[in-house]
Amino acid sequence: MSDLVQPEPDMVQLLTPEGVRVEHPDYPLDVTDGEIAGFYRDLVLVRRVDSEAVALQRQGELGLWASLLGQEGAQIGAGRALRRQDMAFPSYREHGVAWCRDVDPLTLLGLFRGTSVGGFDPYVHNFTMYTIVIGAQALHAAGYAMGVVRDGAVGTGDVDRDTAVLTFFGDGATSQGDVNEAFVWAAAGNLPIVFFCQNNQWAISQPVERQSPVPLYKRSAGFGFPGVRVDGNDVLASLAVTRKALDEARSGQGPTLIEAFTYRMNPHTTSDDPTRYRIGDELETWKLKDPIERVRAYLTRHAGYGQEFFDEIQAESEQLAQRVRAGCRALPDPTPESVFEHVYVDMPRELAEQRDEFSAFVASVEEVSA
Amino acid sequence: MITMAKALNSGLRKAMEDDPKVLIMGEDVGRLGGVFRVTDGLQKDFGEDRVFDTPLAESAIIGTAVGLAIRGYRPVCEIQFDGFVFPGFDQIVSQVGRLHNRSGGSVRLPITIRIPFGGGIGAIEHHSESPEAYFAHSPGLKVVACSNPSDAHWMLRQAIASDDPVIFFEPKRRYWSKGEISEDPLPLHVAAVVRPGRDLTVAAYGPMVATALEAAEAAEADGRDIEVIDLRTLSPLDMPTVVDSVRRTGRLIVVHEASISHGIGAEVAARVQEQAFYSLEAPVLRVAGYDTPYPPSRIEEEWLPNVDRILDAVDRSLEF
Repeated sequence: MSDLVQPEPDMVQLLTPEGVRVEHPDYPLDVTDGEIAGFYRDLVLVRRVDSEAVALQRQGELGLWASLLGQEGAQIGAGRALRRQDMAFPSYREHGVAWCRDVDPLTLLGLFRGTSVGGFDPYVHNFTMYTIVIGAQALHAAGYAMGVVRDGAVGTGDVDRDTAVLTFFGDGATSQGDVNEAFVWAAAGNLPIVFFCQNNQWAISQPVERQSPVPLYKRSAGFGFPGVRVDGNDVLASLAVTRKALDEARSGQGPTLIEAFTYRMNPHTTSDDPTRYRIGDELETWKLKDPIERVRAYLTRHAGYGQEFFDEIQAESEQLAQRVRAGCRALPDPTPESVFEHVYVDMPRELAEQRDEFSAFVASVEEVSA
Repeated sequence: MITMAKALNSGLRKAMEDDPKVLIMGEDVGRLGGVFRVTDGLQKDFGEDRVFDTPLAESAIIGTAVGLAIRGYRPVCEIQFDGFVFPGFDQIVSQVGRLHNRSGGSVRLPITIRIPFGGGIGAIEHHSESPEAYFAHSPGLKVVACSNPSDAHWMLRQAIASDDPVIFFEPKRRYWSKGEISEDPLPLHVAAVVRPGRDLTVAAYGPMVATALEAAEAAEADGRDIEVIDLRTLSPLDMPTVVDSVRRTGRLIVVHEASISHGIGAEVAARVQEQAFYSLEAPVLRVAGYDTPYPPSRIEEEWLPNVDRILDAVDRSLEF
């Protein structure tokens, strides 16, 4: 295990890997055991969606899947810190955040099955489409935050009006110009934005040392705003740190960089083979820090949750898995002509002509083969 | 009579008055009024929230415009010079051109990206480029170029009012050319016959329209009646106007400053031979920049298409 995998002593943690609640002076968290049980449900169900998606890819039902295994705590913690009016700009692995924003898992599968190129209305969920080009969404988030400022939706004290923007990216993305430009704009404009970096230690085959000689959360200091490292496998700490950063953003105190220190337990995507670049020991070490086991341990030992509760969640997980499997196979292929839809609001005549020509050709081929 | 720069300025002013969601953003567009003064006085009149100087980062100018548009704004981005658009190219091609499509139509990106383009002003390198074909080649974008003050004014207002993203090319060497603002503007995506003629058609856009008109004047002395079309819209192209002209004249020359290969001229030529093959009396010719980097300014006049090169092409077409 490399030195960088060792958490910093000042990493915020509120629930130890053994399931013991600990306090942090800067991040008091007012949360009931019932809410923690709710997070447990989120974590289990999101992991189940993920493992079903991996299986569906293996069965040829998906072209690709980017697994979030190991990162559920960071994502549920961050996702549950959002208020309804906040806007989230994900990368492409934020299945847990999508879950918190009520995006149906089947909608996400469509992108990876090849039945859609995005698939949903971001305004319904206040969650934008997945962004594949690394870091591009950080600028969209900064621009959205500029709009929030212009709308006077910052620092009014109205909890239903004040709005923050939360954007997600990984350790590799911190090397991208777009992410650094977003840092510049957020700092210069004191924008209501929180940068949530999931440092899962690996950008495909490249360890985080390839991106930075200093811990990633320290990057923000040079731009002029605070950074904090949180145990990304601790859903409670991720919630507390994100909630505080979002509160500060909404109240007009500007941006925060959160580095959620976590680990990508699965390959980068289903097309990747991590045995070529990382050792198994590392995986074993991180298994001991599993984001779900610690919540289960807490609920069992300290909150009085019994087998019945866990059985219920398990049953719900089975139902969800069944729905995902059947739903994925039933996702309809778009019609060939649909590729021409929504390229423009006002479709140019020349594109309409291409569409008509294409439709006529497709129809003629179908006639011949019929 | 006002200059093109002033006509653009008044177009921006009117667009901002018409729609409170219109924002102007870019490098030095605020207090300075832009390096070409196109945004002169707008920050003073509309405030720093609506007309603002950005940090010096073109990808961020475009990327944050995307976010502003998602939030419901209608940003007008200024890219200071043509050669500086490339850091923003990824955001334009990968994001601006696609998000409406990716969202199934629920996100609209009514972003206008203004780019002063073309050479002929004795500038240092990266200040005289003609990158329009890159954008015309990219789905989801609309691309236009103005050639005179009236079009500059109206086309900019129409581009800003468009719910699709528009790359708006301004011929920087014509910023100081003067003209009246028409009271009867054409729609945005149509070409215009700016000089009727019977013998041959020259199609140009942006800075080359004035050059083409000059060439047509010169040819008239030799008894040649040249029709000149201002393409105005590069994506989509208004082919019916071009094809109608070629059906009448039988000959076409396309003129642009951009390098000749894989350019707008190639596209127009391809479509004309598809749509008006039997009307052609001669091959479609292109008069354009060469396939080299833009030259140092002391030799740019030789490199750029000019009246003589157009007249030479006219000779070759008519003698074919």
